[in-house]
Amino acid sequence: MGLGAPLAAGGRGVTGWSDVAIWGIIVALGIGTWLVRFSFLGLIGDRALPPWLLRHLRYTPVAVIPALLAPLIVWPPATGGQTEPARLIAAIVCIVVGLWTRSLVGSIVAGMGTLYAVQGLL
Amino acid sequence: MTITTSSSSAFLRGVRGSAPFLLPLGPFAFLFGVVGTEAGLNIAQVMGFSVLVIAGASQLTALQLMADQAPTFIVLISALAVNLRMAMYSASLAPWMGGAPFWQRGLAAYLLVDNSYAQSLAEYERQPQMTVAERMSYFFGAMLMIAPGWYAGTILGALVGREIPDALALDFAVPITFLAIVVPALRTLAHVAAAMVAVIGGLALAWLPYSLGLLPAGLLAMMVGAEVERWGWARPLRREAGA
Repeated sequence: MGLGAPLAAGGRGVTGWSDVAIWGIIVALGIGTWLVRFSFLGLIGDRALPPWLLRHLRYTPVAVIPALLAPLIVWPPATGGQTEPARLIAAIVCIVVGLWTRSLVGSIVAGMGTLYAVQGLL
Repeated sequence: MTITTSSSSAFLRGVRGSAPFLLPLGPFAFLFGVVGTEAGLNIAQVMGFSVLVIAGASQLTALQLMADQAPTFIVLISALAVNLRMAMYSASLAPWMGGAPFWQRGLAAYLLVDNSYAQSLAEYERQPQMTVAERMSYFFGAMLMIAPGWYAGTILGALVGREIPDALALDFAVPITFLAIVVPALRTLAHVAAAMVAVIGGLALAWLPYSLGLLPAGLLAMMVGAEVERWGWARPLRREAGA
């Protein structure tokens, strides 16, 4: 199997999941996400939110995504959890280019380009 | 809905304003299609994610945790946590859209993504004289190409996914894409502090099974970000063009 193997810890992908379980997650995530989006727009109207709550919500993306990412970069499932210099360097280049240019496409291209370049050299 | 001239021109302005967002969107949607198919989802399931959820980071989070064989509720809670920022978008759009009919707000909620939020809010602040009907038209216009673009990119990725050679190491395109999303969001010292705590917490708790460490690490990082902001360290790190 191709990319599924690296994606999955242990190379199983979503094979451990029944069709019903997968659709259950898709539908529940769809409804849950819609409810999050609808929340204030739909039910609360234009009443203001407590500032402390807004202050926490502001940091959700930069708090949750890096916590998910860091182990995937330092101990990639594709290498069986072995730290690989090429991937670390690629991640660093992606971060630097992202900070520098603030360009989504630019930092993806720079990151993957670096991975290929370093993997080709080593 | 009666289409007035001003509403239809707002709709067209929304469509035009969304064009620059198509470029980063396409590859991201494509990537989800590729990774989802390769992880073992069938095309209907991959499309189910993109059509019912329309939130790439959250879709990838769910996929990653499913591959990690995490329990269902952990998959759901973590993928929803990634979307909590949309509650903030919802709150910030409510004063502008609050007067619209219920069904329009329901549809707008489905279409509320990073692009439509950022693009529309900027327009509403620039043109405060817009009526509610014009604002809704603008918002829907902003998603006219983006939503179908998201579906089309996903299905394309799902169709060609298995043809892409392993040597391209596309497994790493997932973390790289996530990084590319998150780094431009590091606008203030408070954001940087939150991200640092998240990285340290994520690594320190990585030994926990089923990515159970993700939520405590994320929660702690949110609290640190909010606290640093309260100290008054939330000024932009650098001046954005036009901001």
